[in-house]
Amino acid sequence: MSDGPRGTGDRNEPPDDEAALSARLKRLGNRLAQTNRPSENGSGPRQTADLSGFARGFRLSTELVAGVIVGAVIGWLLDRWLGISPWGLIVFLLLGFAAGVLNVMRAAGVVRDRQLNDD
Amino acid sequence: MATDPIHQFQIIDLFPVAKIGNFEIAFTNSAAFMMLAVVGLTTFLVAATARRGLVPSRLQSAAELSYEFVATTVRSTAGAEGMKFFPFVFTLFMFVLTLNMIGLIPYAFTVTSHIIVTAALAITVFLIVLLYGLWRHGLHFFNLFVPKGVPIYILPLIVAIEILSFLSRPISHSVRLFANMLAGHITLKVFASFIILMGGGLGAIGWIGGILPFAMIVALTALETLVAFLQAYVFAILTCIYLNDAIHPGH
Repeated sequence: MSDGPRGTGDRNEPPDDEAALSARLKRLGNRLAQTNRPSENGSGPRQTADLSGFARGFRLSTELVAGVIVGAVIGWLLDRWLGISPWGLIVFLLLGFAAGVLNVMRAAGVVRDRQLNDD
Repeated sequence: MATDPIHQFQIIDLFPVAKIGNFEIAFTNSAAFMMLAVVGLTTFLVAATARRGLVPSRLQSAAELSYEFVATTVRSTAGAEGMKFFPFVFTLFMFVLTLNMIGLIPYAFTVTSHIIVTAALAITVFLIVLLYGLWRHGLHFFNLFVPKGVPIYILPLIVAIEILSFLSRPISHSVRLFANMLAGHITLKVFASFIILMGGGLGAIGWIGGILPFAMIVALTALETLVAFLQAYVFAILTCIYLNDAIHPGH
């Protein structure tokens, strides 16, 4: 009664106290489960990997360059095998650039990962 | 020349091993340092786990620490199912870490500064992801390339981009480790050569001025130690991210 708004009924009625405690425990359990779940499902590895700005910048640039290189190599090989020069190189360079940008956006966390999209 | 910053990466044939066609296969300094790393690691882990105490010895807690570290990384990135690949990731991480650390010792050879080594490791990871994904999920694995909720008329384009993005993984995976080690070691060598050049060119004043690049080398060595660890860690965590795709391709 005189305990203030929070304590009303906590001390005087044991059953209520138990209920409040169990409710609070349940809430805590839910919160813990929520904070633990993402790490088990495999999100959020990116943040820990990028410790310094230099490493981050370097990672992003390699991601972009890798995409472009793969596109260029595939396009060049297709040109040679199919004799469709220069169309293979043109198309695959553009696709490779797009893939590079996608890589960068994934690495930077702008685009969320596939796994998370589907959940 | 002694101050050539690239000289440290030279591959030297120690003795010939085999001959295939016209190719002479020799045991090189690179192979020697890899052997050193493997033997050293094995000795360390065997010695650390030989006498297992409830109160761990220094060696044992070092081994436990590395186990815990890699296990946490694998679990948090690839999930509990990813622990299947723990031996692989642990081996990769310890191997790369040891090679990076050995490379920091003066006169030692840095194996990971050669892209052929890092590319071989990255391609191994890539093939494991591909083969395990196909074995485990069959053709369902290719759902990885088909994001859900994309309108059908741009789907071919998106799939092509996704496939290229997947193929570019081993490149960025290997280039990152290789370029970091290469750049770091070249920077160290260049700053070290400044001392010699200043001392040789300016005499006593030069040697005193050489304190500046020397201080820089001390700072860079500390930074390189961090980079050596960080790059091994990044290599391991990227492996885990890729393995995660093989285990759960697009759910």
